[in-house]
Amino acid sequence: MDMDWMNAPHSMGTTIIGVTYNGGVVLGADSRTSTGMYVANRASDKITQLTDNVYLCRSGSAADSQVVSDYVRYFLHQHIIQLGQPATVKVTANLIRLLSYNNKNTLETGLIVGGWDKYEGGSIYGVPLGGTMLQLPFAIGGSGSSYLYGFLDQAWKEGMSKDEAEALVVKSVSLAIARDGASGGVVRTVVINSEGVTRNFYPGDKLPLWHEELPLRNSLLEEASSEAEPMHP
Amino acid sequence: MLAAAQKDEKKDQALKNLVGHPQTGRDCPFTLLNSPISHTQYPYVTGTSVLGIKYKDGVLLASDMGGSYGSTLRYKSVQRLKPIGKHTLLGAGGEISDFQEIVRYLDELILYDNMWDDGNSLGPKEVHNYLNRLMYNRRNKFNPLWNTLVLGGVKNGQKYLGTVNMIGVHYEENHVATGFGNHLARPIFRDEWHEDMTFEEGVKLLEKCMLVLLYRDRSAVNKLQIAKITEEGATISEPYAIKTHWELEAFKNPATGAVGSW
Repeated sequence: MDMDWMNAPHSMGTTIIGVTYNGGVVLGADSRTSTGMYVANRASDKITQLTDNVYLCRSGSAADSQVVSDYVRYFLHQHIIQLGQPATVKVTANLIRLLSYNNKNTLETGLIVGGWDKYEGGSIYGVPLGGTMLQLPFAIGGSGSSYLYGFLDQAWKEGMSKDEAEALVVKSVSLAIARDGASGGVVRTVVINSEGVTRNFYPGDKLPLWHEELPLRNSLLEEASSEAEPMHP
Repeated sequence: MLAAAQKDEKKDQALKNLVGHPQTGRDCPFTLLNSPISHTQYPYVTGTSVLGIKYKDGVLLASDMGGSYGSTLRYKSVQRLKPIGKHTLLGAGGEISDFQEIVRYLDELILYDNMWDDGNSLGPKEVHNYLNRLMYNRRNKFNPLWNTLVLGGVKNGQKYLGTVNMIGVHYEENHVATGFGNHLARPIFRDEWHEDMTFEEGVKLLEKCMLVLLYRDRSAVNKLQIAKITEEGATISEPYAIKTHWELEAFKNPATGAVGSW
């Protein structure tokens, strides 16, 4: 009965996003992993490293996405040894596609592959449920992405700078968190370009406030900002 | 005795917790099977109609670039028309991942055909037959490639246009359509198609049908491609959008005659 949540599979409701800019890519995600209605992990890291230059955003079943990423990391490592140079994002995305497509009846995970290689520069590939592989200028996924289609239709522009792209990613994930119960926690971003990889962390209290959200404060007895009047005895 | 019963209960519980889909069978590890494996499937990212007509110099195919995810118009730049070798064009509706896999199978087929280096090349008839075998065999194993395919081509002056779907139904015709196109485009084809249409006439006919589909098919998107195949080879147009018409008087005040109606 009520105890169903104890046996429900770990699912990362999730909001994930990957965006190309002139010079590389920015990947972003929320940090909530839920077991039914319970938040099993409020600070998960859904952006997983596959190689030095290619990362993966995971959504859907936590177990399925973890095992797919582990297999691909293993295959890629062997591929790199044989190839003698860094893996390309396209090869990585195709490995993800092969696993997703050939196990489409068992797996329930939507993935976004993003990285930088010397041939194509920065590129983003979406691999949704079913194992379709599509190269895109930007990709969104997870339950929170429903709330971002309209926003990105309007806000996405070709040829953004690194800072513009990262700001867009943080704003997007933050907006999705505001409305999707299955997304929450912090916003993590990973920037990948020719110079390397940078991980960033935006805690909940550093994110912008949206409609009907109030500024945070320590207590009823203290002020939050100039608008709020603390209660006095 | 009690331990065995508890073990059975655990197995049942584990089976119930397997991620499943509303389908007649689900994949699961062999160790947990109580019945034969069956697959069937469930489409996720789907393409809608593909249209095809024969014309004077060859065959014309048309489709939009939409990849729907249920009712969401998720992807709007999906290539659903692909050239196969020198003599054929393939268009697909249905599950995009299966179409991508079919294109890979066909690329391999064409590669091996070229490697014979004997001057012969697979024509549209042969490719259609291969696809028919592929689709029908998968259907017999209850694990279909969830697509409806349109194949057009020209070889040695012979024009060819056919279709094959996920259950293996296949035929050739002067004009074919998949999905909603069957209901909306084919009646227009039956009325307006004729032998030896010019390229311009063919494109106008296809655009007329694509416009109707844009109005009446919920999964259509206004980003189309038209592909042409002739003896010289295959060309797929750049994506483009067509104008829609809303300035009808009857649209401006539709409920005047019956207030509260739609």
